Amino acid sequence: MIPSSFDYHAPATLAEAVALLGKYPEDAKVLSGGQSLLPLLKLRLGQAGHLIDIGKIPGLEYIKEEGGMLRIGGRTRESALERSEIVQKRYPILVDTAKVIADPIVRNLATVGGNLAHGDPGNDHPATMLALGAQVVAMGKSGERVIPIDKFFLGLFRTALQPDEILTEIRIPAPVEGSGGAYVKLERKVGDYATAASAAYVVIGTQGFVERAGIGLTNLGPTPIKATAAEKYLIGKKPETAALAEAARIAAQATEPSADRRGAVEYKREMARVLTGRALKKAVERAGGK
Amino acid sequence: MATHRIQITVNGEAKEGQVESRLLLVHFLRENLRLTGTHIGCDTSHCGACTVLLDGQPVKSCTFLAVQADGHQITTVEGLEQNGKLHPVQEGFWEKHGLQCGFCTPGMMLTSCALLNRNRNPSEAEIREAISGNLCRCTGYVNIVKAVQYAAEKLQKEEAHA
Repeated sequence: MIPSSFDYHAPATLAEAVALLGKYPEDAKVLSGGQSLLPLLKLRLGQAGHLIDIGKIPGLEYIKEEGGMLRIGGRTRESALERSEIVQKRYPILVDTAKVIADPIVRNLATVGGNLAHGDPGNDHPATMLALGAQVVAMGKSGERVIPIDKFFLGLFRTALQPDEILTEIRIPAPVEGSGGAYVKLERKVGDYATAASAAYVVIGTQGFVERAGIGLTNLGPTPIKATAAEKYLIGKKPETAALAEAARIAAQATEPSADRRGAVEYKREMARVLTGRALKKAVERAGGK
Repeated sequence: MATHRIQITVNGEAKEGQVESRLLLVHFLRENLRLTGTHIGCDTSHCGACTVLLDGQPVKSCTFLAVQADGHQITTVEGLEQNGKLHPVQEGFWEKHGLQCGFCTPGMMLTSCALLNRNRNPSEAEIREAISGNLCRCTGYVNIVKAVQYAAEKLQKEEAHA
């Protein structure tokens, strides 16, 4: 399959890339790993007159802890994330997530920034970033701005990024004492989008009560879902079986799945409950709670 | 419509081309360079038949533009054999009957080469994980795994003797 015609641009700097996006408003797309964009163009589900490849811009692939945060460069490949020592050691929820994105070959090109900026509710990082309370950095013509992840996903394939902005960095709060997270995905086969998936993050205080909870859900509505009612429910509770089960039940109520070949609405909602329960349990274990 | 002058090192040889923006790497390899060992299977980034190595990493050449490969190193199945001698991975597929129809084989072998380059002694689970983006519709996975294990042993032996 051959995509419809477009012009390819390979700017050498971010400023040039932003200027090119501004030059072709509404008709340019950022090419990062290309593992969602190129299939979409090949299937002619979308069109773009101009692809702005950020692949030649230096300094967009890194993973480092700095200032109490994990900073991930926007063009960091998924394979780099899953193999990163610091991520394996301190952010196992990110390894859970990266490892179930597409397949290992696709992950050699697919990027973390692209996974978020694409705005696909079926992508896996959005739920995890919602659970973790991440921020994304967007570079536009008037400079950088920081967008909290819960203000980022506006609709199906629609994000808070302006047409001339590029997602350059993801910031995740560094783990604190008593924190843990996990991502659990149900997929029909390797490489599939989630039938349902859930990301959970908890911070358990020294007295054994939940101080912070984050729950994000994948492919269970037109946007990635932050299950705020379930998060609130957990605050101040002991992370025991009954409380986790109740939070999972509340989280499932926040879903708006649509029926497709992956399952019926009722089935997906039930899977949201089951998977959230499992993700919470694993997050609590990793937090040292049990 | 813009075209681009590109230079790619393919199997160690510098190659040039004048390509349209939208030309996919797999088409450049097969049609412009006539390297038809790289197969087109699903054309939707799923099957891995078009896998090539980009600077040593397996990528799906149906989901990568030829122009993106400008200035990079590409290895295709044609580049595995050296001086008339099969690569240990190719030998493994031969010895262990790691193929039936052969369609997925080039991609399988390139993915296996990349795995063995970063892990000389992969477990069965690691092999299966590594090739999970390459589909064999003859479902010959048992022998494919044996072929990779054969290659791993051979490479280890060669290194022990070196």
